[in-house]
Amino acid sequence: MGASRVTKTAQGPLTGEGVAATRPTLDAHRQRADFAYLEELVNGKPLAYLDSAASTQKPRQVLDALREFYEHSYANVHRGVYRLAERATEAFEGAREKARAFVNASSTREIVFTRNATEALNLVAYAWGLDNLRPGDLVVVTELEHHSNFVPWQYVAQRQGAGFRYIPIDDSGELQLDALERIASEGRVKVVATNLVSNSLGTINPVEKLGAWAHEQGAIMVVDAAQAAPHRPIDVQALGCDFLALSSHKLCGPSGIGVLWGRQELLEGMAPFNLGGEMIRKVTLERTTWNELPHKFEAGTPAIAEAVGFGAALDYISAVGLEAIERHEHELTAYTLGRLGELPWIETYGPPAERHAGIVSFNVEGVHPHDVAQILDWEGVAVRAGHHCTQPLMARLGVAATTRASFYLYTLPEEIDRLVDGLHKVKQHLG
Amino acid sequence: MSEFDDLYREVILDHYKSPRHYGRLERPDGEAEGQNPLCGDELSISVAYAGDTISDIRFEGRGCAISQAATSMLTELVIGRGIAEVAAMSKDELLAEIGIPLTPVRLKCALLGLGVLKVALHRSAGTPLPEEWANLGQDLELR
Repeated sequence: MGASRVTKTAQGPLTGEGVAATRPTLDAHRQRADFAYLEELVNGKPLAYLDSAASTQKPRQVLDALREFYEHSYANVHRGVYRLAERATEAFEGAREKARAFVNASSTREIVFTRNATEALNLVAYAWGLDNLRPGDLVVVTELEHHSNFVPWQYVAQRQGAGFRYIPIDDSGELQLDALERIASEGRVKVVATNLVSNSLGTINPVEKLGAWAHEQGAIMVVDAAQAAPHRPIDVQALGCDFLALSSHKLCGPSGIGVLWGRQELLEGMAPFNLGGEMIRKVTLERTTWNELPHKFEAGTPAIAEAVGFGAALDYISAVGLEAIERHEHELTAYTLGRLGELPWIETYGPPAERHAGIVSFNVEGVHPHDVAQILDWEGVAVRAGHHCTQPLMARLGVAATTRASFYLYTLPEEIDRLVDGLHKVKQHLG
Repeated sequence: MSEFDDLYREVILDHYKSPRHYGRLERPDGEAEGQNPLCGDELSISVAYAGDTISDIRFEGRGCAISQAATSMLTELVIGRGIAEVAAMSKDELLAEIGIPLTPVRLKCALLGLGVLKVALHRSAGTPLPEEWANLGQDLELR
């Protein structure tokens, strides 16, 4: 799998050392051979799956890893003394090491397995927020936030009597950082929570800058990387954040497993989130002490095979190359924005292509996004229509919903062409 | 007939583009509004009574073609009929009128108008809000 599929094309200028700079690329046609979903016909037409921001399709390497694990290495993890349990634990903890390397964390103690990014963010909001927020404090999110990094903070801030603020966006969907000064004057900023890439608009947010500002305020920086981790290299140490959440199912892995990365000293200082088996050191009738990191935050039998499948997915996308994926999607995004930009009856949202990840939200003039998506479905083009779990953002844009096309390593420009052809049909019948 | 025509039959497109009984009654006997938070469909319905029958109806709203066309079709179905009869009208009667298969997500769009109308009748004429609408009402956040 993998490495042989990556092609490096020397296109860049010669460097001072006389070595050709390489720009990693990927061949989506070759990647597609790994994805059985492409054999599906919708309405007699090949499926153009343009909803990878909701969840990605799975390559056979991940499906094979799941089957292989269930057939040859499956048992519950951590406490079994028999061989099979050892093998299962080794595979499960091996996936944790892969996740550590993937985000460049300094230790696997900082890698907590959760159900998904949402649960990871709830873990921080509850386990950190309930003990550290009080009246006079401020929690700061963005107007671009997915509900998963918005609602838990709004709720915990209200419970603690802390204030809740948001960083507004400008008309192209980018954060207005000049609002930070005003926000800081309104209270003690204790949490800054943002996504790295907006799931609705594809905006790439300046997390390093926000993190530096958060730390100046004495706040923690919480990053929702659910839409970024599948598509670009992530380095938690370079980002300068304190917590980072991601989901397996958005990067070719199984659903039901995600990761919370947190700085060890912060995780150590936090109370547990879920309580029960596995997360304890010693239980007596009088009191219970907690297990060491990361197990303190992993009560109950985890998603064992899903973790192994997640590890296989990390191997897969790493072999393709995160920089190659990023570049491929950048080209698709620029192409999509260009083609949609030719149609005066389409409004697109979000920043210009150079600061826009592989997610394009748009509306067809006078047509409800659900009708757009329904007609595209008949053309075999799968897109999402709705508020994308970002209702405050929809209110800011002044729309009830948008139609959203999103890309991954298997997406082809021809599929964008089919999207555009389908939109002409929408216009013809409903516009 | 292509699938496209099959789904958005001419009659639905016609109702969507030229909705019947669109607007608001100046002196309604009953009124209600509702929304479908899933897709942002919004509807308000006003009704007037003559004795025990619905003598006039208007609706206003915005949203997808299915929700708006289905409500337009509904207004034609209920004018001149008894209040109690409409309050007890089944979903199937309206769905038969719409006449195309709908996925569960679109079903909520199609039935929004009927739910709003039943709430209007319930509030103004005291008709029962049948059990099947109680749950749907929660989904639709009728208010």
